[in-house]
Amino acid sequence: MEGRFQLKTELAVIGAGPAGLCAAIEAAKNGVDVTIIDENKKPGGQLFKQIHRFFGSEEHLAGTRGFEIGNMLLEDAKKYGVKVLLDSVAWGLFPDLTIGISTDKKVSILKTEKVVVATGAIENSLSFPGWTLPNIMGAGAAQTMININRVLPGKKVITLGSGNVGLIVSYQLIQAGAGVVAVVEALDHIGGYMVHAAKIARMGVKILTNHTITKAMGDKFLEKVEIAKIDSNFNVVKGSEETIKVDLVCIAVGLRPLSELCWMAGMRFEYFSELGGFIPVHDENMQSNIEGIYVAGDVAGIEEASTAMEEGKLAGIAASQALGKLRMGNQEASSILNEARERLRTLRLGPFGEYRYQAKEKIISKYYN
Amino acid sequence: MFDNKYLEKLKKSPGYPSEERLEKGTVAVIECLEEIPCNPCETVCPKKSIKVGKPITNLPEFNDICSGCGKCMVVCPGLAIFMVDKSFSGIEAAISIPYELLPLPGKGDKIVALNRNGGDVCKGRVERVKTGKSFNKTNIITISVPKKFSDEVRFFKLAK
Repeated sequence: MEGRFQLKTELAVIGAGPAGLCAAIEAAKNGVDVTIIDENKKPGGQLFKQIHRFFGSEEHLAGTRGFEIGNMLLEDAKKYGVKVLLDSVAWGLFPDLTIGISTDKKVSILKTEKVVVATGAIENSLSFPGWTLPNIMGAGAAQTMININRVLPGKKVITLGSGNVGLIVSYQLIQAGAGVVAVVEALDHIGGYMVHAAKIARMGVKILTNHTITKAMGDKFLEKVEIAKIDSNFNVVKGSEETIKVDLVCIAVGLRPLSELCWMAGMRFEYFSELGGFIPVHDENMQSNIEGIYVAGDVAGIEEASTAMEEGKLAGIAASQALGKLRMGNQEASSILNEARERLRTLRLGPFGEYRYQAKEKIISKYYN
Repeated sequence: MFDNKYLEKLKKSPGYPSEERLEKGTVAVIECLEEIPCNPCETVCPKKSIKVGKPITNLPEFNDICSGCGKCMVVCPGLAIFMVDKSFSGIEAAISIPYELLPLPGKGDKIVALNRNGGDVCKGRVERVKTGKSFNKTNIITISVPKKFSDEVRFFKLAK
């Protein structure tokens, strides 16, 4: 370690994904001195690998591709003077609202008045014999390789998990030039949107429900997998095993919040399987049980980029208000906050949203109890 | 999975045009059966032919006025809208498909038409390739196939 620095900022945002960028932009619009910290070389989180169009309505930028939304947010962040610390790992978040940061070989301590934790999520994995072979990877990792790094990790693919991530990444692998043999799903139904499934089905991808991967084989690299039918107790149906030659397995079995900093800061958590696991309890403006620390986006429950952006806006405005920096009256502020909550409600409607809405409501009620 | 039973469901859904309208010429066919919070098709339609309303999880409701412009097809995040023209020629129908693969096929290319499960249906031909900046990388490929397959064909591959 070469040196030790003390930095200061009014609002620190950890994570420059959709939630963090929106929080930072809203606060900077109000004249708050904002520093955003991200461990990557570029800001934007997962937005720049999302080459598909988003759902929602006009107010959620529906029909716009994720990377285009990323560009719009970066432009706004620049316009409003958000400071961005890249290549910087936030390794500590302390109850006195200081943050430990490593940049290159330097360690610094950032003193803040408010913090938004928007650290996102990490992919779940699934182990089976042979799962450590090279080219068995998270679907998100494959998506980063094709859409960010322009590297095609395999030419013949099988995807495990039929949620939206599995379906979308399968489609994008085809766009990148791979052949996707099948999407394998343990449940008896497709997890994600039917329209995403229809899109790849008509391109010849088999969607095999009640199936799983039983083992992966290969000498030095992945060469083939064995798949099999499973019954309603998730036991393999003997005799249904089938070997398929593939050179890439994408595992898309969900995500969980990347919440180490929240635990470290001493936040209170509750378990919500429908949101990906242990979720920090927060109020309707995304403030955690530690005054001055807010959470937004996937770290506050696994959802989508469009919900993450709205949660970020809530946190950014609420933090500005708490700093006494809002450039508007309290009445106007509460109507703006209400509008963001209305937009969130809209995104949490229907069979794919209502259960998330219910869980989010429970989180807020836990905050007050 | 996307079999005849699925087609029956589609035909009963509010987004599917009437058989009468289908016979008259190019029309949007919306294949959207789940209550997803999404309404760009409604916003973009210049003829107010698609109604989602509020809440935006309502299924799109189609009223047959459609001029067949194809704007909804390009903006749909689910790539779930097609244009079908059963009046294309006496014996052929034209199916327009949102297409996001490269390289693009060329006009006149021979194709094998595929059904909703990616299975071979019949031979066909590329009639039109529409692309442009406003399409934002969702191009429209129009193929012609024998009319009797027009409810079934939803994709294609180039013939070898």
